[in-house]
Amino acid sequence: MVAPPTASGLTPEFADVTRDESSLRRFLHGLPGVDQVGVEQRAAGLGTRSIKKASKLWAIDTAISMVDLTTLEGADTVGKVRSLCAKARRPDPDRPEVPKAAAVCVYPDLVETAVRALAGSGVGVASVATAFPSGRSSMRVKIADTELAVAAGASEVDMVIDRGAFLSGRYGQVFDEIATIKHACGDAHLKVILETGELATYDNVRRASWLGLLAGGDFIKTSTGKVSPAATLPVTHVMLQAVRDWHDSTGELRGVKPAGGIRTTKDAIRYLVAVHEVAGPEWLSPELFRFGASSLLNDLLMQRRTQLDGHYSGPDYVTVD
Amino acid sequence: MSDRMSVLKTYKLFIGGAFPRSESGRSYPVNDHRGNFLANAAQASRKDVREAVTAARKAFPGWSGATAYNRGQVLYRVAELLEGRREQFIAEVAASEGVQAKRAQSIVDGAIDRWVWYAGWTDKLAMVFGSSNPVAGPYFNFTMPEPTGVAGVLAPQQSSLLGLVSVLAPVIATGSTAVVVSSLDRPLPAITLSEVLATSDVPGGVVNILTGRAAELGPWLASHADVNAIDLTGAPESMRADLERAAAGTVKRVLRAPSSEPDWTRAPDISRLKRYLEHKTVWHPVGV
Amino acid sequence: MTTWEYAPAPENRDIANLKPNYRMFVDGEFTEGTGEPLKTVNPATEEVLAEVSTASTSDVDRAVKAARRAHDRVWGKMPGAERAKYVYRIARMIAERARELAVLESLDNGKPIKESRDVDVPLASAHFFHHAGWADKLSYAGYGPDPRPVGVAGQVIPWNFPLLMAAWKIAPALACGNTVVLKPAETTPLTALVLAEIVQQADLPPGVVNILPGAGDVGAAVVEHPGVDKVAFTGSTDVGKIIQRAIAGTGKKLTLELGGKAANVVFDDAPLDQAVEGIVNGIFFNQGHVCCAGSRLLVQESVADELLEKLRARVSTLRVGDPLDKNTDVGAINSAEQLRKITDLVASGEAEGAERWTSACPLPDKGFFFAPTVFSGVSQAMRIAREEIFGPVLSVLTFRTPEEAVAKANNTPYGLSAGIWTDKGSRILWMAQKLRAGVVWANTFNRFDPTAPFGGYQESGFGREGGRVGLEAYLDV
Repeated sequence: MVAPPTASGLTPEFADVTRDESSLRRFLHGLPGVDQVGVEQRAAGLGTRSIKKASKLWAIDTAISMVDLTTLEGADTVGKVRSLCAKARRPDPDRPEVPKAAAVCVYPDLVETAVRALAGSGVGVASVATAFPSGRSSMRVKIADTELAVAAGASEVDMVIDRGAFLSGRYGQVFDEIATIKHACGDAHLKVILETGELATYDNVRRASWLGLLAGGDFIKTSTGKVSPAATLPVTHVMLQAVRDWHDSTGELRGVKPAGGIRTTKDAIRYLVAVHEVAGPEWLSPELFRFGASSLLNDLLMQRRTQLDGHYSGPDYVTVD
Repeated sequence: MSDRMSVLKTYKLFIGGAFPRSESGRSYPVNDHRGNFLANAAQASRKDVREAVTAARKAFPGWSGATAYNRGQVLYRVAELLEGRREQFIAEVAASEGVQAKRAQSIVDGAIDRWVWYAGWTDKLAMVFGSSNPVAGPYFNFTMPEPTGVAGVLAPQQSSLLGLVSVLAPVIATGSTAVVVSSLDRPLPAITLSEVLATSDVPGGVVNILTGRAAELGPWLASHADVNAIDLTGAPESMRADLERAAAGTVKRVLRAPSSEPDWTRAPDISRLKRYLEHKTVWHPVGV
Repeated sequence: MTTWEYAPAPENRDIANLKPNYRMFVDGEFTEGTGEPLKTVNPATEEVLAEVSTASTSDVDRAVKAARRAHDRVWGKMPGAERAKYVYRIARMIAERARELAVLESLDNGKPIKESRDVDVPLASAHFFHHAGWADKLSYAGYGPDPRPVGVAGQVIPWNFPLLMAAWKIAPALACGNTVVLKPAETTPLTALVLAEIVQQADLPPGVVNILPGAGDVGAAVVEHPGVDKVAFTGSTDVGKIIQRAIAGTGKKLTLELGGKAANVVFDDAPLDQAVEGIVNGIFFNQGHVCCAGSRLLVQESVADELLEKLRARVSTLRVGDPLDKNTDVGAINSAEQLRKITDLVASGEAEGAERWTSACPLPDKGFFFAPTVFSGVSQAMRIAREEIFGPVLSVLTFRTPEEAVAKANNTPYGLSAGIWTDKGSRILWMAQKLRAGVVWANTFNRFDPTAPFGGYQESGFGREGGRVGLEAYLDV
């Protein structure tokens, strides 16, 4: 295995865990199981929280500030990315007090465009990398992909794990890939996409989450958005439990990013409630929680107007980018 | 006629697989229906009740934990051994109940058949009384019958063998264990039955038989906190309400007695089995 | 970092259609009872909600006679298929008035609206729906070709699930052809009286269902009335024993669903996060006013510290307060009397040396509230390990081996429910066999369903409610 990730001050216990393939396997398989029915019920139960008035407005603004405004299409162009950047800087042009988005998330070749468009805004530029979305390429390509993005100015890298390796139990390989990419990221923040829709069980989500954290991921992220199901509430619960437990063990704060399928304010608030009550209030910050989304932002803006104006708003009052 | 003196049997209690005399040292004469002396029977005391309950409780985990198939075989074995001592039982029933030999034969045959009937029930209880329950949620849910525990049985006063078997066999068929107070005036078949039980494969303590007065022992059984159920069949009618009240002290399952003793020759049904069964419902989530 | 305070999200209390006065329901009519009227109180505010007329002995007599007439002349001989349709109607009407019933239940009982809305009321409706279907299928239930009803059922129910317990009692009774005289609890009579309204709207023949509010004396009069053929009681073991004594020698059929002190057993290989949820649900659901509450947590020593830490963190997030607030997790203790009992037992736990931890959650100034409390270092001998607290108080004990867990779990005169948490299938089944309890939840807790029989072993009572075996209580078999 490669040297332990530099960024994470692994406690001796965890350094030991990652010593070799069999230690890693023992550790991951020794994690408490996740009962599907139980976690889904808890997620549904928390989903009934009723967030009203000032607390709703706070949630909307917080959610806006957590959005990684994303476009990951074959048809992406410089123009499309620029307009997305404009949206990220100033989500609601009529209302300058609306917080800016957390980042814009694009393919590596469009990072430069985004960096330029967002210069000085404080909005991050995230790039997917490592043969996104399938992760099916050589390590050399994945490293080059990452270096390209970082060289172009990406402040955040969203890598995908090799789900094939994970599902066939080659945890060491997945660990090494993440650690290597983390190294290639330099100062850029690394988000590790687990693609939970392909992991099949919550037990696997928990193991993959820990693998991502052990290998040095700053964030663990649910999905590429290219696989269904993408983010779900119970999957996010399991990942929030992982970062909470990581914090309890190491004192380090790591983030979670659900991505894909979160389209409405109602959805977003359910996620924030989960963040608040499963991980804890300190995770209610763009430093530690993001939404990977494209259409969510407009619904948040519409609902924000509804809250403030006292009547329902409509799609023509928010910008389509 | 031979001039040899016959060896008379000493009739004792049956507790925990052994045959002790009553700790009280008491005995009472048992006569046949004409008033001729038959034997002395031990007259059990409340302390004998206590010992018997302890033995029954001790035997409960093993007996209730045995496979249903095994319990069925054990009960069937009782029938086999009873069959082998058929003549002895016919003589005792005839003497005790004052019936003609032919009637005594039919009673003994009925008792043997009753063991066979209940022997066949042991591995069907869960099928008949259990269920899988289609709850509205992602759970596998099933209900299974389990034995109630230690049962106190005040056996019928009239029917010394068939009645006794009819009230005892369902108790142990379910996996419960029994403390039986036999008929006061007709206890000899009960003691002989206990000899059969002792030499069959029924583990010691599963059945405990006390001879003596239901009126004296009933209240101790009914109020004993480690007894889970009580059958009032052989209780004096004037005491039944009091025994039921005493049983309420630890929420016992009570088998009330009909005002007159049932006709035990009639085909049995499952009602007695049901009285010694609890239902346990188990839930488990279904997921991956 | 800004803290995120959830704004109050109260359900509108007007939905409850609260009336100033409620009357008893006898022989198809709402009539003034001749007992001393009672005032029912909102335990969250201590305000009087309504005045409720109560029954006297002569009212009980009138109700039993009405029930007898209804049984003999109409209900007992009505074809099952027709009875079924009445019971289905009740199920549907409860669903139609679900929101009203939920709000009223939370007002009168103090339970959080999310529970009355998502648990009590839907389950009550489901219970009627399930049993309705039995009415014309009783000959297939395993009680012989044509099982007959028992007759008039006298039913006494507790205050912890007022509407749901009424449903558990009335639905099987009606389906089997019995008529009922039901006494709701003194502190929570309102939803049962709205159920009476539903019974009236569903056009049930007069006398089939009679609801008589009142205190224990009314319950005793119902139980002891010679015209009652069957008694069903849910409540404390102490009162259950009184009832069993009271009907001794009468030949009345009896079922009792009494108290409990359930062990919730967590092994070191348990799905810990879900176990924590199950523990929380087991003891803080309905403020712990649950006979089958998982009030004794038995944790394997090797995982006890980790689990307790997670548990305390989780319990700290429980929101205690206004029952009508949709975000409230733990509502009000039902009465001042119950609060006193909880407080006393908690004091005994401290005095006996258990280590008390209580959530720092804010409590309302008014009303009866008790913050979620976890005692660790509890031993079997302490009162808090043996007595039913019936409040949001958990006692934590530890064990080392499965045998020890079983021995401790079964070391109680009760036997209502038990929980098992482990990922090992064979151990679940082994434990499920060994635990002497009528309901065993494995890797879940406090789940209920009309098809799943519910009831206790030993001093937790006898008879079952729900499922096929639950019918036996209301059939003359």
